[in-house]
Amino acid sequence: MAVELKMPALSPTMEEGTLAKWLVKEGDHVGPGDILAEIETDKATMEFEAIDEGTVGKILVEEGTENVAVGTVIAMLSGDDDDDDDDAETAAPAPSPTVSDKDDEAGEGKGAGREPSEAEITKPVKAKAQRDPEVPRGTNMATVSVREALRDAMAEEMRRDERVFVMGEEVAEYQGAYKVTQGLLAEFGPKRVIDTPITEYGFAGIGTGAAMGGLRPIVEFMTFNFAMQAIDHIINSAAKTNYMSGGQMRCPVVFRGPNGAASRVGAQHSQNYGPWYASVPGLIVIAPYDSSDAKGLMKAAIRCEDPVVFLENELVYGRSFELPELDDHVLPIGKARIVREGSDVTIVSYSIGVGMALEAAEKLAEEGIDAEVLDLRTLRPLDKQAVLDSLAKTNRVIVAEEGWPTCSIASEIISICMEDGFDHLDAPVLRVCNVDVPLPYAANLEKIALLNSGAIVEAAKKVCYQD
Amino acid sequence: MAKPAPKAASKPAPKTAAKPAPKAASKPAAKPARGKSVESDEDFALRSLQMAHEDNKRFDASDEQLLHFYEQMLLIRRFEERAGQLYGLGLIGGFCHLYIGQEAVAVGLQSALTEGLDSVITGYRDHGHMLAYGIDPNVIMAELTGRQAGISKGKGGSMHMFSTEHRFYGGHGIVGAQVPLGGGLALAHKYREDGGLCLAYFGDGAANQGQVYETFNMAALWNLPIVFVIENNGYAMGTAVKRSSAETEFYRRGTAFRIPGMDVNGMDVLEVRAAAEIAFAHVREGKGPVLMELNTYRYRGHSMSDPGKYRTREEVQDQREHNDPIERIKKELAERGKTEDEIKAIDKAIRARVAEAADFAENSPEPDPAELYTDVLVESY
Repeated sequence: MAVELKMPALSPTMEEGTLAKWLVKEGDHVGPGDILAEIETDKATMEFEAIDEGTVGKILVEEGTENVAVGTVIAMLSGDDDDDDDDAETAAPAPSPTVSDKDDEAGEGKGAGREPSEAEITKPVKAKAQRDPEVPRGTNMATVSVREALRDAMAEEMRRDERVFVMGEEVAEYQGAYKVTQGLLAEFGPKRVIDTPITEYGFAGIGTGAAMGGLRPIVEFMTFNFAMQAIDHIINSAAKTNYMSGGQMRCPVVFRGPNGAASRVGAQHSQNYGPWYASVPGLIVIAPYDSSDAKGLMKAAIRCEDPVVFLENELVYGRSFELPELDDHVLPIGKARIVREGSDVTIVSYSIGVGMALEAAEKLAEEGIDAEVLDLRTLRPLDKQAVLDSLAKTNRVIVAEEGWPTCSIASEIISICMEDGFDHLDAPVLRVCNVDVPLPYAANLEKIALLNSGAIVEAAKKVCYQD
Repeated sequence: MAKPAPKAASKPAPKTAAKPAPKAASKPAAKPARGKSVESDEDFALRSLQMAHEDNKRFDASDEQLLHFYEQMLLIRRFEERAGQLYGLGLIGGFCHLYIGQEAVAVGLQSALTEGLDSVITGYRDHGHMLAYGIDPNVIMAELTGRQAGISKGKGGSMHMFSTEHRFYGGHGIVGAQVPLGGGLALAHKYREDGGLCLAYFGDGAANQGQVYETFNMAALWNLPIVFVIENNGYAMGTAVKRSSAETEFYRRGTAFRIPGMDVNGMDVLEVRAAAEIAFAHVREGKGPVLMELNTYRYRGHSMSDPGKYRTREEVQDQREHNDPIERIKKELAERGKTEDEIKAIDKAIRARVAEAADFAENSPEPDPAELYTDVLVESY
C-alpha cells in the first residue's frame, strides 16, 4: 500500500512553502531518516526526511514549485511488500490537504471523550477561611526576639521531622551571619546544618533539588539581595515545577533571610523583594513582623508542601515581642491580622512597615483619628478578604510599604480596593512607600528615602481630609 | 574526603609542551569516538577511571541484553521521527528537541542504574531519557501533543516531563538548571543514606553555565553521589564546541574540583555501558562525583526550527553512515546470528508501538479547561 508524502509544516506558523529541490527520484529506495527534499520556508531552507521505509513512487509536485500548501500530497511512497499489513500505521495521521482545514486536522481527537460543555472555567474552590488558633487562657506569654523566635521555629521543626535541614552561608560554625541559626549546629550536627560556599545560584538549586528528592530544606540567604543570583531556581525550578509536572513534583523548600533595607549599606544591599516574589504563581511569600507571627508562620512554612519565600527583616531581628508559650505554635499561611483595631482609616502594611504603621496610629490617635492597622503577614496568597473587610469598616485605606512604590504590594492593594471595594471607598487609596530611587548611603539621604511613620500620618490625614 | 596525592605531584609540564598542535585545530567540531589514548593525555591528572575504561572499553553484553539495547535505541529513534512528523502536522507545538543520533547515551547509561533507587535528571532534550527508562511512550507522546493523558497532564510539554514514580526528575527548560537540581537529588540520596546516585545529564552548551561549576564544587566538597554526564553532541544550538569553549575536552572540566573525568564514545552503547559501570561503582563506593563526557552527535536540528546552516550535510551524513549507534548494534546482532527476518520483525513491532503512541496522543482529549487552575499549589490556603 502506498503512503502519501505531504508537504510538512516546518515551523508552527508555516502555511505554505517552496519545494526547492528533490534529493530522491522515482524508484529510489528510502529508509527512515533519509532526506527526501529541501523545502524553503519564509525563514530558512529545511530538509524533509522520510519517516517510513519504501520506494519513491510518483513525484507529484515538481521541484521549484512555489506556494505549496502544507498538507498537499507531494509524492507517493510505496511500502515494503512484507509490511503491507501494517500500513495503516505507516500512513501519517492524515492532515487535510488544504490550509484552511488545518485547524480541524490539528484538533482531531482533542475533544474526544469529553462532553461538549459551555461551562466556564471553574476556579478552584477557595479553602475555608482559617483563623489563628485560640491561645488558651492562662498561657504564659514570653518576651522573645524575632531572631530567637525564628531559630526556635526551625529547631522545633527539625526535632519534629528528620527531613528538615538548614543550608546557607555561615549558618553553622559562624552561627548565622545575623545569628538566626545560632545553636543549631550544636544540636543537629553538620549533616543537618550545612555551611555552603558563597555560591547562591548553586546552593539554591541544590536545595530545590533536595526538596524535589523528598527532603525539607531551609535555604538561608545571607540577605535576599544575594538571592538575585539564585532567582532562576526560586522561580523557574521551585515555583513552576509542580504545575509543569501536572502535580507530580513537589518542592517543599523554604527560602529565607533578611529582606529590605538594613542600615547604611547602600543600594545593592537594600531592596524589598516582596513584590517580585509575590507576583509569581506557585510561590508562597511570607513577610511577618513580630515574634509570634515569625515563629508560627516559619513553622507553617517548613511544614508546607509548596515552595515558600520567607522574608525577614534585619532591623526587626533584635526587637522583642510577646509570644505564647505553646508546644506547637503554628499559624495559618495566607491570613492577614488586625494588629490594631480602628474605625477611621485602615493602614495596610507588612514586615517592618507594621511597626511604623503602629507608631503612626499612636500619633494619629492623639489627633483624634482612630486608625486600624492590618498586617498582611502573607504576601502570596494575599488575604484579599481581610483588606476588603477592613475597607468596608473604615472606608479609607492607605498602604505603608518599605519598598519602591512602582509595581509594589501597595499597587496590588490599590487594585483590590478599586476592583472589589470601590463602593466602600470614601477617598482614593494612597501608597506610602520608599522614594523611587536606589537607596543612597548618606545618612540624611537614606532617611529621606525610606518609609517613616511621619509620612504614614500625613497620608492618613489626607484620606481623612484632615490635612 | 580522601584526597589523592598533592596537586603538584601529578602536575606535568605545561600543556603546550605536551601538545603537538592546538586542540581546536586537531579536533573537528563533530568527531565523536575520538579514540584518544590515555598516554597522549597525560596532562590530565584525574584520569584513573578513564584508564580503567581504556583497559576494558566495551561491555560484554549477553545476547538478550544486546537485543534489549537495540530495541530501546530503535524505540527512541522511531519515536522521535514520529514526533518530528507530528510536529510537521501541527500536532506538536512550541519547542521540540529530538534525540536522534544520541540514543546510545541514554540507553547505555540508564541500563546500568538501579531501578527504583537511582534518580535521573536532564535538560529539555528529554524524550529519549524517558523512553530509556521504560516510561510508557503513549503518555510521553500525549504530553507532546498537549493532552490530558500526557505525563504532565498536558501542562508541561516537550521540555517539562517528569515521572517521580520512575525517579525521573525532568525535563528542565533552563539550560544548566538541572545540574544543581541533580546535586540536590544526590544530596537527598546521601542524606537518606539510601545508597542511590543521581545521574545528571547536560549538554556541551550547558557546560559553560556558571551554576554547573558551582555544583561541581559542592558535589566534590560534600562527596555527593552524582554522575555528571555531558552529552557533547558538537553543537550548542548552532554554535560548534570549538567556537564556544576554551577547553573542548569537557571530561577535564572537573579537574579544578578534583572530579575524575571520563572520555567516552557515546555512539557505541556497549562502550557507554562499560564506562557507566566504572563510574557508578566509583560513586557507589562513596568516592564522590564523576564527570563523564559522552561524545555523540545529533542528526536533527537543535529544535524543529533549525535551518541547519552551521554544519554541512556531508558531516551529518558521514556520522549516519559510519557511526550510527543503532546500525552498529544491528550489525552486531547479525554477527551473533540474528536473521534479517528476526531483526525486521523487531523493527516492525517497534514501529507499531510508536504508531500506537502517536494514535493515542492524537486521539486523547485536551485537558479540561478547569485544569488551568490545578497544580499551581499543592495545598489550599
